[in-house]
Amino acid sequence: MTLQGFQRADGRKGIRNLVAVAYLVECAHHVARQIVAPTPETAHLIGFPGCFPNPYAQQMMERLCTHPNVGAVLLVSLGCESFDRYRLEQVVAASGRPVLALTIQNDGGTRSSIAAGRAWVAAQGAALAQVAPVPMAVSELTVGTVCGGSDGTSGITGNPAAGLAFDRLVAEGATCIFEETGELIGCEAIMASRAATPELAAELRASVQKAARYYATLGYGSFAAGNADGGLSTIEEKSLGAYMKSGQSTISGLIKPGDIPARGGLYLMDVVPDGEVRFGFPNISDNAEIVEMMASGAHMTLFVTGRGSVVGSALAPVIKIAANPHMYERLSEDMDINAGRVLSGDASLPQIGDEIFDAVIATASGVPTKSESLGHTEFILTYKSFEPIGPACLPI
Amino acid sequence: MTPTQTDPRLLLLAPSDNVFVLRGAIEAGETIAVAGSQARVPVRLGLGHKIAAKSIAAGEKLIKYGAPIGVATRDIASGDHVHLHNIRSDYTPTHSLTEARAAFDAAQGDRKS
Repeated sequence: MTLQGFQRADGRKGIRNLVAVAYLVECAHHVARQIVAPTPETAHLIGFPGCFPNPYAQQMMERLCTHPNVGAVLLVSLGCESFDRYRLEQVVAASGRPVLALTIQNDGGTRSSIAAGRAWVAAQGAALAQVAPVPMAVSELTVGTVCGGSDGTSGITGNPAAGLAFDRLVAEGATCIFEETGELIGCEAIMASRAATPELAAELRASVQKAARYYATLGYGSFAAGNADGGLSTIEEKSLGAYMKSGQSTISGLIKPGDIPARGGLYLMDVVPDGEVRFGFPNISDNAEIVEMMASGAHMTLFVTGRGSVVGSALAPVIKIAANPHMYERLSEDMDINAGRVLSGDASLPQIGDEIFDAVIATASGVPTKSESLGHTEFILTYKSFEPIGPACLPI
Repeated sequence: MTPTQTDPRLLLLAPSDNVFVLRGAIEAGETIAVAGSQARVPVRLGLGHKIAAKSIAAGEKLIKYGAPIGVATRDIASGDHVHLHNIRSDYTPTHSLTEARAAFDAAQGDRKS
């Protein structure tokens, strides 16, 4: 199967060609949602709900509106929010994408803003449908991985299989991102031993220590009650299971949300805010993590689930990997891969790893994933604050 | 250890592990082979749960994936269920709804009786 992508001016290629419709404050959410409603396959809804300005949210929205899977952008502003819509519009225009900003307070209110938005989206969608794709190499892909709704099977079947797929992708030059340092508490030493340089090893350790401090301050770990029902007893047990997703490749760098690695390799994303604890939990649900990897260029996400998450994502397809064979029986319409076959003895981990790799190639070639076909376009973005990464984080 | 000495539903993930992981459910009251000896399982254990592969003293580390996953809070016998009641995290306490659910069930039972 030959990969095909949509060429962007910055050199990257998209595996989808979508119109992003972005609300810039919750007050514009309804209008934006109504704009995408008639064309859910060509227009995806993203946005930031807060009215107070936040540099992280600004950068995230700039990265997402210039994501390789996005071909055109409609910004929907109420008019009085603090989000810097002027800068966002300039960034999108500079990326070579068509962009229109609607301001509900100036454009006649709800009804006429929806009508104007729908007309623009329909025209852009028709134009994007005429664009011919160009050949694309595996090395031009960026793939993220998360796990959610984990149970005792996640770390035995789905996560190690995703790790094997990551090993193949990294070997072919792709960029692979794993994340959630709060879910790697207890894996610091093993992870540091895989770092490309000693200085990066220290950064990897420090990122997990920061996460441990942050969660301790909050008084919670990244551990839901359902995890215990599935047999997981402690955060470090869950961590080791999650860590299996990263495979065996050398870790090439440590990035923060929105950092785009210049070359292929395996990268850890540090998703825990810097400085004192503010704004609450680092990521309040799985989609927050998917969104952050998209902001760092992820074309798609491998999502390993034991209990059975059904989410997809706006902008970038999600490949759902069922770790638990019993859950797969119940939720097979939502699951792309049945890694639970490892437990029943019907498949080996390398076989499942190859299936995941093949699913990545098929998805990149335009084949819709289960969550895409079902219309899942979840999206969430909240307040955070980060310092830039240090010089040791991207050694090469 | 030969397969005949341990129930096939018990999976050892790494050679240095002192817990098995269940690849299938074990029903309440079943007697299973664990590392050559017999152990009775008093409550149903679902896939993904853990059983001690050897006796583990209070204060000893639990090892899974060849790495520590917590510390024993009491002595654990070979074949015992290993979970929230006998191990704790070295990092952050584990949050579960077990107590909330038991209280809810008890209250429901009171209302029905």
